[in-house]
Amino acid sequence: MSEGNSIKKFMFVNRKAPYGTIYALESLEVVLITAAFDQDVSLVFLDDGVYQLKKGQQTKGIETKNFSPAYRALEGYDVEKLYVEKESLEARGLSEADLLVDVTVLSCKEMGELMNQQDVVLSF
Amino acid sequence: MKFGIVVNEGPYQHQASDTAYLFCKAAIAKGHEVWRVFFYHDGVNNSSKLTEPPQDDRHIVNRWSKLNEEQGVDLVVCVAAALRRGIKEDNLAKGFRISGLGQLTEAGIQTDRTVVFGD
Amino acid sequence: MLHIINKSPLTNNSLDSCLRVAQPGGEILLIEDAVYAATSGNAFESKIREAMGRFKVYVLQPDLEARGLADRLIAGVSPVDYGGFVDLAASNNNCQSWL
Repeated sequence: MSEGNSIKKFMFVNRKAPYGTIYALESLEVVLITAAFDQDVSLVFLDDGVYQLKKGQQTKGIETKNFSPAYRALEGYDVEKLYVEKESLEARGLSEADLLVDVTVLSCKEMGELMNQQDVVLSF
Repeated sequence: MKFGIVVNEGPYQHQASDTAYLFCKAAIAKGHEVWRVFFYHDGVNNSSKLTEPPQDDRHIVNRWSKLNEEQGVDLVVCVAAALRRGIKEDNLAKGFRISGLGQLTEAGIQTDRTVVFGD
Repeated sequence: MLHIINKSPLTNNSLDSCLRVAQPGGEILLIEDAVYAATSGNAFESKIREAMGRFKVYVLQPDLEARGLADRLIAGVSPVDYGGFVDLAASNNNCQSWL
């Protein structure tokens, strides 16, 4: 493998809801850093991970920083591949209109195929 | 083959750190290289030199330190996650180093396989 | 692709999610609390048997033994040690830990 200049496919798998645990926030921090390395970055949201993208998060009452606006800033870091699994959305009574960013909705099969193509799959 | 390992959970609370360590040992025994272990989330607690388990229990922190000393495995603790949890140079165990998240991305780029251990 | 599961299927949906998303040709390794999924009489047994038709399923034997269930392993699930875990990570192109 060449030193440092190879482009790899990185997938970040988000399966956990925000606020209940820190995983979603710290995952986002890695995504932003990885974007600076000019890699091929995909973010996928599965299971409760789709709740990370829910519009209208108001965290004042729990005295915690609302980090959801950061998902809208991803585009500025050239992170444009955001994928949400259709089955996960449906199981939570959500649709694309409930999400705070534009995403590509994939079936579970398409999600699995995308996952197969990755070099590095990071989940937190 | 070069492996990059990610540890997302602290020692003792969750088995992830034990499994990751035993994976590293087995990989090295098979002639592979463990290029880096990156400690993230509560995984940073694996690096506290203040850790004092009961004498009849495994010493998870020292076990990692030994892996660095004997096999040269690079043990990197995420600075942002560490500062959040009170891990600093002052209480960092031997063999660990504190660095940025870019070290995780670099491990993904430079190794053949990345394996994540967590909760 | 190697799919690594570490949760009991009776308290967490990670194995269900993996079985929904994983594509043919994938391999599944059950470690830590996921080893319960590979034991006979478990409420998940029929699902794991169905999955075995589509995927090769492995269990980390030391985790199974630690939990006192080595004699309950479902036939057809392949036991591996940590060295076998390393081999699976090396022989598959990538791996996803369903945390």
